[in-house]
Amino acid sequence: MNWQEFFTMGGYGLYVWGSYGIAALILILNLYLPLRRRKVVRQRLREFLHLKEQTR
Amino acid sequence: MHKYASPKFFYVLAGQLVPWIATITIVLLLAGLYLGLFVAPSDYQQGESYRIMFVHVPAAWMSMFIYVLMAGAGAVALVWNIKLAEIFANSCAPIGASFTFLALATGSLWGKPMWGTWWAWDARLTSELILFFLYIGYMALQASIDDPRRAARAAAILALVGVVNIPVIHFSVEWWNTLHQPASLGKVGTPSIHPSMLAPLLLMAFAFKTFFAGTVLLRMRNEILERERHTTWVTEMLESKP
Repeated sequence: MNWQEFFTMGGYGLYVWGSYGIAALILILNLYLPLRRRKVVRQRLREFLHLKEQTR
Repeated sequence: MHKYASPKFFYVLAGQLVPWIATITIVLLLAGLYLGLFVAPSDYQQGESYRIMFVHVPAAWMSMFIYVLMAGAGAVALVWNIKLAEIFANSCAPIGASFTFLALATGSLWGKPMWGTWWAWDARLTSELILFFLYIGYMALQASIDDPRRAARAAAILALVGVVNIPVIHFSVEWWNTLHQPASLGKVGTPSIHPSMLAPLLLMAFAFKTFFAGTVLLRMRNEILERERHTTWVTEMLESKP
């Protein structure tokens, strides 16, 4: 298979690459969302700890 | 056993496991993509379009596999009241929903060139769509109840009722006359698929499994942090590792 054939996928390029593209997007989102939430949760908990120390 | 079920122990263990699982996932994924896109020959009936199978079939397997795990963990949480099982079930739902969406979307992209339609109200497709709504329902129900323990119990009951849909999805291609083609892997020992196509399919399936394991651990760690925020171990950890 040469590169031209690889990209056109025998005329099914849109469907094949569309499928792999959505799959990549789903995997990336499944990594990004929990990692972002971790940052937010830790940030919020640290602020809460800080407030508690100040009011003590 | 109790040691492993303690949220603190699990939090630390999961954090240590994630880099290893990530490495294994990357290796499996690269091998699967290489064999699936470069090595496997084109199909004599479907040409190159069949390569959608390498993401579609593993995604569909995951959609059912994760649901069974989620309902099973829900049952364990209901019967033995184990907090970690609740956290696992909750963490499964969004990942399962995303794999179900992926199975439906890639199925649609495969159906258009092969069947001439993006969608048909066929038994396999409809039961998979119901699975997607079950995941969404689980997440909505769980989010609508404030007390996390009551929320988990209500959602677990919903998940258990929805389990009847799983055999319906699996056997739909045998029970009804469907547009959907029969299973890619038949009975053990008599695969209806050539080894050059079977290898990338299995590699991608294992890659999706280890990906799920890694990302479910990330989500569980987040939920443990939130639920245990008033405990001393979380406070101490946040103070020592800012």
